[in-house]
Amino acid sequence: MSLQDQTTLRIVLYEGDGSQPLEAPGRFAAMTALLEKGFAVTRAAAAGAPARADRSSLLVLGQFIGGKPPQAEDAAGEVSIRFQDITGFDAARIAESVESARALTSAVKQGDWKPWFPVIDYDRCTNCMQCLSFCLFGVYGVDDGQKIQVQNNDNCKTNCPACSRVCPEAAIMFPKYKAGPINGDVVSDSDLNREKMKVDISALLGGDVYSMLRERSEKAQSRFSKERDADKALKERQKCLVKLAQAGDIPAEVLMSLPSPDEIMRRAEEAKAKGQAALAMQKQTS
Amino acid sequence: MTTPPRILYCHCNYAQVVPKEVKEAVLKKLCESGVAFEAVADLCEMSARRDPALQRLAEGGTVKIAACFPRAVKWLFAAAQAPLPADGAEVINMRVQTAEEVSAALFSEELKPNLPKGKAAPADAPSVQPETAAAT
Ligand code: SF4
Ligand code: SF4
Repeated sequence: MSLQDQTTLRIVLYEGDGSQPLEAPGRFAAMTALLEKGFAVTRAAAAGAPARADRSSLLVLGQFIGGKPPQAEDAAGEVSIRFQDITGFDAARIAESVESARALTSAVKQGDWKPWFPVIDYDRCTNCMQCLSFCLFGVYGVDDGQKIQVQNNDNCKTNCPACSRVCPEAAIMFPKYKAGPINGDVVSDSDLNREKMKVDISALLGGDVYSMLRERSEKAQSRFSKERDADKALKERQKCLVKLAQAGDIPAEVLMSLPSPDEIMRRAEEAKAKGQAALAMQKQTS
Repeated sequence: MTTPPRILYCHCNYAQVVPKEVKEAVLKKLCESGVAFEAVADLCEMSARRDPALQRLAEGGTVKIAACFPRAVKWLFAAAQAPLPADGAEVINMRVQTAEEVSAALFSEELKPNLPKGKAAPADAPSVQPETAAAT
């Protein structure tokens, strides 16, 4: 199931009529426990009705007087609403009961995937397709209007900000990255220059990283095709990847999980072709 | 009577980029107050899921968001087809501001819209058409 088809469980902490409000420390502990389990929580105002939610199941928590929840229903019948009396529960028990309620619904368990993916700043993006041509993992694509977009964000390699460094406009953000402007901080002129210097991580290796890998692979095939020294090839690749890692602070484990040079080549050609096709379409339509 | 801005708090659950003591102190202040608020585990995660709840959060009038950099938050919402109101959203940055500053901004009646203005409106983010066959 794709990330975008999954439903989530939304929690409402109800403290209005017919319930006994929580004490502030208990509320804080319950909120923290639920957030850390990945749930979204609405603290309803005293007189407020549970907020409407789409594509999610709703669980209303409260210290209901007499253990009985107030009447509530979703008139449109779109949302499944459940109630849980939490009278006498501590934070851990609240989180447990919510987790059990989640397991009974089709709502997804949160936290199974670290949300690491590129976010495009369209104020800066010039639709140049560098990112599309660069990414080996099919993260980018174009919409019907040939506009660049992030299509498969769960294909992105956790902690790898490499594509943000190929973007000439510093338009690609990873909000969970440690430093600016990749983390979304304001882009300054000096950042732009620095980004440009880092742009071509492949320049480090004296040219295009893909052609370098291809050359290595061709050389290996022609010279050692019969008695190819797999160990040596691996060592060479590791050496060059370490260089890349040092230059672009791309995590070593990401680099090490790259496919074989031949497969890299195949994917690079595919990505490049995608980018070129999108640019050609852009020209035709403009 | 004007409705006060809604409050949205992001717990930035899946990374240590927001200092723990800041997010804890802000959440504590919210819990001690009598105000209604929305708390989400991780806005990034919701954006990646294109969680329709983001639309509800973006559409209900003015909003104050305690999260991270305004530029990141603006485009995270846009990427989920839930553009924030350009002049109706204030993003308070828990990565760089102190808990006191963040809480004061959240509870102040004044809204200081601060989404970066640029050539594109958030609604200009392309509609999403995930590919079915993805490389891994
Ligand atoms: S490389 Fe940067 S400017 Fe070019 S299309 Fe990608 S995001 Fe836009
Ligand atoms: S929006 Fe910012 S604060 Fe919230 S989860 Fe993403 S990086 Fe963390």
